[in-house]
Amino acid sequence: MVTADRIIALGLMALSAYFMWHASALPIGWNGMTGGPGGGAFPFWLSAIIFVTAGLIILRSFRRPKDTGEPFFDQDTLRSVVLVVLALIVTVALLPFVGAYIAIPLFLLWYLKVFGGHGWGLTAIITLATPVFLFFFFEVTLKILLPKGWTEPFFIPLYARFF
Amino acid sequence: MELLGHLADGFGTSLMPLNLLIVFLGVTAGLFIGAMPGLGSVNGVAIVLPLTFIVPPSSAIILLAAIYYGAMYGGAISSILLGIPGASTAVATTFDGRPMAQQGKAGLALITAAVASFVGGTISVLLFTLFATPLADVALAFGPAEEFALVLLAFMTFVGLGGDDVLKTIIMICLGLALSTVGLDLISGQPRLIFFDLPGFYSGISFLVLAIGVYGIGEILYTIETQKTAPSVTPARLTFRELGYGIKEINKLWKTMSLGSALGFFVGMLPAAGATPAALMSYGIAKLTTKTPERFGKGAIEGVAAPETANNAASTGSLLPMLTLGIPGSPTTALLLGGMVMWGLVPGPMLFIEQPDFVWGLISSLYTANLAAVLVNLALIPLFVWALRMPFTVLCALVFVLCLVGGFAPSQKLHDVWLIVAFGVGGYILRKADYPMAPLVLALVLGPLMEKSFRQTLISEQGNVLAFVERPLSGTFIALSAAFLLLPLIKHLKRLTGRVPSAAK
Repeated sequence: MVTADRIIALGLMALSAYFMWHASALPIGWNGMTGGPGGGAFPFWLSAIIFVTAGLIILRSFRRPKDTGEPFFDQDTLRSVVLVVLALIVTVALLPFVGAYIAIPLFLLWYLKVFGGHGWGLTAIITLATPVFLFFFFEVTLKILLPKGWTEPFFIPLYARFF
Repeated sequence: MELLGHLADGFGTSLMPLNLLIVFLGVTAGLFIGAMPGLGSVNGVAIVLPLTFIVPPSSAIILLAAIYYGAMYGGAISSILLGIPGASTAVATTFDGRPMAQQGKAGLALITAAVASFVGGTISVLLFTLFATPLADVALAFGPAEEFALVLLAFMTFVGLGGDDVLKTIIMICLGLALSTVGLDLISGQPRLIFFDLPGFYSGISFLVLAIGVYGIGEILYTIETQKTAPSVTPARLTFRELGYGIKEINKLWKTMSLGSALGFFVGMLPAAGATPAALMSYGIAKLTTKTPERFGKGAIEGVAAPETANNAASTGSLLPMLTLGIPGSPTTALLLGGMVMWGLVPGPMLFIEQPDFVWGLISSLYTANLAAVLVNLALIPLFVWALRMPFTVLCALVFVLCLVGGFAPSQKLHDVWLIVAFGVGGYILRKADYPMAPLVLALVLGPLMEKSFRQTLISEQGNVLAFVERPLSGTFIALSAAFLLLPLIKHLKRLTGRVPSAAK
């Protein structure tokens, strides 16, 4: 737990340093002409506070080392979370190529059948019904087109029918 | 009398068939979201917000407010039937609600929760109606300096009263504010913090993206580990005889319930406090003031009524500063505020002058939402019992899909979907390490206002920083903020000086 706390605080320090580097592209000091701080001042000094505070968290962890010995992740949790996050990343990465109507059913199929261990019946109902609902809710009612990628040509007859 | 006229006009809006239908839909959805362990009002509003483009803005906000309300009622259902709080706001309801269910009085507990929620909601909406106009009048005198000081005060309440690790709270506030500066500089128009030169960052980071990431994806990732085993649902039957008996029992609890409502309302107004502490405080007070405290924790009916009145009252209370001052009193109202800005409505005192129809329509819809919630709640109890048996993986899968598609819909940029996944994972890890999420979301929503008012003040005062302290109202806010910031430090010093007696702990 203490190690994880330190790593996260270090990560936040790195992130804030990166923010500060970006913000310093704009004036970060006091601008005498307009009266007030420059455009980069707000993000720069806020990130500086994050940097210092995260540093304090690390210092504190050395001063009173009360490690409960409890791991930050237990093996089982870590495995499930990493799997789900990977599945989400693959789904989003697939969106521009195969479109929402293939990527999302694939995600549901994996999540319900493989990850959740449900039967084929339930899996099939949800996997097939969700894209139909999405199409009618977003595309037909709200007129918001979801990404289609290579499947775009198959939707042309549907557009003609519903728009 | 002017108040009643406004309220009557408001009912003209909220009793329109479309809005009535929306209120019923909203509270039903809210009840289900609230009843699902792991999902609370803030998750419901975050996930549903992108879908509200289907109705006009004034109806959309009524829908979201109804979901917010319904979720407050719904949290009690799983607290009683599963013994797991449906939302953090219903934690205190498990103390006595679960023992009641185990004694076979689940029906009575559910009735108590629903009726107490109704009483708490109604009393607090009355208070809301009374306080809204005077508070908006005071706020009309606010200039940019007061706005800045008030936002600062809102953040400092998290540091002083939030109860989370002080250093981690400060980090989350600053992180939210820093993320809010991504995009174009408000004053000079120059691009800043365009990470990796991605064009998506030019339009800034939408509060919706952060909210869906943290409260949608992050929350479900968080619940994956806690919800591995299917919980056992206590069966609940509900007959009219029980309903009559329940209402008779509840009639004896007026003292507890009015105390809980007033407490909830005022605690709910504070950004750092809100419904969860309000419910716990109300439970504590009910236990202190009763003649038979030994029954508490063993299925006392007051132990269900007290927290349920308070958490509903708190949800109304947190709407008050959001509508009148533009400062949300809870993460859920922060999302409502973000939604309103997205629809072109700017919360704050001017809203009461420029959009009275909208304001009073929303206020009156709180009355209808309350009534709708208690009716739907009582009528659908068997359905909730069934829905709570639904495997958690099905719910998770559907919420993930809604997050991805709902995050894409408003801007139609895949950039935002990637950000949602990133915020989801980042938020999950930070939350696991006990970093509070509410200040992060609040800071992202209020960041632009804070920076704008700060720099506007300095420009108009030719760079005189003392302007914030010299104006009486903003000076008071700044002094209060300083006090809240110093509060944890004083506590820490006290602990250091009095180390000998506390060392035994």
